[in-house]
Amino acid sequence: MDLAGLLAFNVIAGIATLVLITLGLGVIYGMMRIINLAHGELMMLGAYTAVTASEAGANIWVAMLVLPPLVVGLVGLVLERTVIRFLYGRMMDTMLATWGLSLGLIGLVTSLYGNVVRGVSTPVGSFEIGRYGASLYSLVIIAAALAALAAAYLLLRLTRFGLILRATMQNPRMAAALGVSPDRVYMATFGLGAALAGLAGGVLAPISGISPAMGASYIARAFITVLGGGPAIVAGTGLASTLFGVINELVSFKTTPVIGDVALLVAAVLLIRVLPQGITGRYLRRSL
Amino acid sequence: MRPFPPRAGPPGPAGGLRAAGGFLAMLAAGLAVLLGAPHLVDTFGLVQLTGFSAMAMFALSQGFIWGYGGVMSFGQAAFLGLGGYAYAVAVLNLGDSTVPVLLAMAVPMLFALLLGYFMFYGRISDAYIGVITLTVSVILFQLVNATSGRQYRIGDAELGGFNGIPAIPALNLPGDPGNPLDPEGIWYAAMGSLILVYAALRAILASRFGRVVVAIRENETRAQLIGYDPRLYKLLAFTISAGIAGLAGCLFANWGGFISPTVFGLTMSAQVIIFVLVGGLGTLLGPILGAVLIQWLIIQAGGQRVIDANLGLGLVLVAFVLLVPQGLVPVMRALLGRLAGAVRRPAPQEPAAPGRALAGEAPR
Amino acid sequence: MSAGRAAPAGARPLLEARGVTMRFGGVTAVQSVDLVLGEVELRCLIGPNGAGKSTFFKMLTGQLTPSEGRIAFRGTDITGAEPHAIARLGVGIKTQVPNVFNGLSVRENVFVAAGRRKSLARARAIVGETLARLQLEAIADRTVGQLAHGQRQWVEIATVLAQEPELILLDEPAAGMTHDEVHRTAALIREINRTHALIVVEHDMPFIRMIAKTVTVFNQGRILMEDEVGRVLADQRVRDVYLGKQAA
Repeated sequence: MDLAGLLAFNVIAGIATLVLITLGLGVIYGMMRIINLAHGELMMLGAYTAVTASEAGANIWVAMLVLPPLVVGLVGLVLERTVIRFLYGRMMDTMLATWGLSLGLIGLVTSLYGNVVRGVSTPVGSFEIGRYGASLYSLVIIAAALAALAAAYLLLRLTRFGLILRATMQNPRMAAALGVSPDRVYMATFGLGAALAGLAGGVLAPISGISPAMGASYIARAFITVLGGGPAIVAGTGLASTLFGVINELVSFKTTPVIGDVALLVAAVLLIRVLPQGITGRYLRRSL
Repeated sequence: MRPFPPRAGPPGPAGGLRAAGGFLAMLAAGLAVLLGAPHLVDTFGLVQLTGFSAMAMFALSQGFIWGYGGVMSFGQAAFLGLGGYAYAVAVLNLGDSTVPVLLAMAVPMLFALLLGYFMFYGRISDAYIGVITLTVSVILFQLVNATSGRQYRIGDAELGGFNGIPAIPALNLPGDPGNPLDPEGIWYAAMGSLILVYAALRAILASRFGRVVVAIRENETRAQLIGYDPRLYKLLAFTISAGIAGLAGCLFANWGGFISPTVFGLTMSAQVIIFVLVGGLGTLLGPILGAVLIQWLIIQAGGQRVIDANLGLGLVLVAFVLLVPQGLVPVMRALLGRLAGAVRRPAPQEPAAPGRALAGEAPR
Repeated sequence: MSAGRAAPAGARPLLEARGVTMRFGGVTAVQSVDLVLGEVELRCLIGPNGAGKSTFFKMLTGQLTPSEGRIAFRGTDITGAEPHAIARLGVGIKTQVPNVFNGLSVRENVFVAAGRRKSLARARAIVGETLARLQLEAIADRTVGQLAHGQRQWVEIATVLAQEPELILLDEPAAGMTHDEVHRTAALIREINRTHALIVVEHDMPFIRMIAKTVTVFNQGRILMEDEVGRVLADQRVRDVYLGKQAA
């Protein structure tokens, strides 16, 4: 019984982790049809921001939750202005360019910080589920994921900015005719996606080994979840994270985390054979 | 876009001769390098050149599937790694290298057949194919990386996790496992098979199968309305490219006598994309030259500590996507054509290309 | 070439569509269309834009799967079959927007179509004949992407003919052609029709008069009427449909 409770808790934490690492990728893909291969490296930048800030004496919560999205969001804006904006409408070229940015960021961080693994200590302890100890930090991750998901939904659904965003994605020319600058909207969207990646990196910093190449260990799961989720950003991320989070955690529990990732991949490949457009490509097409 | 040489269909006599002439010139150049290199460079240089030819073959596999098949296979390192590991494991178990070489091609091909079936018959979009192939290579990397310890062994071969497999026996002449090839022998094997693969790809592209593959890249709907099943052709092209990448992996394992999970890594997949992009998408010569050029630059840059290799590769990739998206070989060819054309006749008008990935090219 | 032609005329239609319906979300593009075409018949489909003609063609060629209804080709059910499978049965289509291999030469375009499951010699013979028939020899080695729109139309018609289909669907073959080319197209269609069945979608009424025997009129996804060309063009409802289109 205790074990089942622990397992359930871990499954929920696993789902939350997937939501966090996927949401930024999903926003950029869902809104702009750009597959951002530098997503993992934006997360890595978020983690490095958290490490650097906390080592410089910043409050750990500020270092983890506030600074990474700000810093990485800014980096995203710069990358969009200098590279991405020249490639809109050329899907393959945006993939290649973001891949180049990914390598470049790995190289840059390696040059600055060296190729060593660093860490941030977890700011909270553990609690007990029956006879088992569970990390209290998982609760932070769950809260952060819920907050990010809800914020993304509310932003897109209720705010003026969200409306402009959705209108531009539906029909850029029409939006431009109404006085919206699509260019600015794309820039803001890319910045938002990058900020979400930064947040994920910051939140996950205490539970991951922070190194220049750490992005690679997240992107496989993030890509699979975006593919599985399909076009609706919030609903797709939520549903696919739930499906894949359950599979991943259960298989990881029975075997190893690596086999858990393999199971995730196999599940995703089987899923796209049946639903090539992802879960929300078939169902809930009109949702966000 | 350059005027398309009449390659497929019943080629006009002049076009046929030109294509054949280009091919013979390439073949002669390849043979000159094959036979000349051992006399011109020392053993160390020869080993480096062997590494170049392994990477050039890897680049050919990417150039074929991406440039001609139009399939965005972004995890080509998966096949390189599977080929390298298949060779290493098999040769450690069997001794004689003949069957291991075949396995180095067969294992990735089977894997590609299975993966390709789900991707192509699932009718997923091109970009998703890029993402899935990339993801597969990342997960294979993680999987092989986690095989540390004595429990992960296949026969006599211990997989070794992130440390990889050391002391892989080199190739030998069939039936003579007692005499592994020396570095010069490996060079002949590597460069010789590069020439063979190049010739085989030229033949495939000139065959009816190859023409249909290119036609599907140009217009999948039209190919289908004529009666070809694009899924099948893409699957076969994908499988062929996996076999070539596997052979490159086998040569790679022979080159260093060592293999580690980095062959599955993202950097490896990115590197081969860069080879093809720098050399020229939609050519066969381009990927080969791109591989040699970039590998040479990496070695040259290895001595300095100012710029990290990844940073350099990333900058090259971004720069080429933004500034020279068609790659060096087509640019050079256009320049040469313009020079020649200025003498003979005015250069033809450049039409609106249907998109770079679709810009058709004759194999050169 | 075909066993079907030996069958007595009228015994079995070449193409038979029954109750074919296509819905996109809440929009019904084609609604319970019945259409029967005999061997070596020429049929013209007319109707205003958005009447469902191209959608109907897409269902005949497998590019769309009907929401309801059955389609049979020589008695074989092809409802929702893969496009390549339908093409292999002998259905060729020139689509509304030119669908050609832009990066290949004219000759290569035709060769890819001619070369499926045929000996190389036979394929080459077909390529030679087709290029001569459509007067494309002069531009045979040009890249199709460099050609003018009208020429690309001819290339597409050439690829369709080279695949030697039993039924040829032409979606607006005269669009974008010069006056001379329109006449050539009409002559070509009459010539093809001596041995093959065709369905032609066209807006150009003079062109329809040149080629048509039986005309089927589509309007708002349904068949408005189907009759001999003279009677159709004289029909008040048909005039209204087209006038309505012009007014819109």
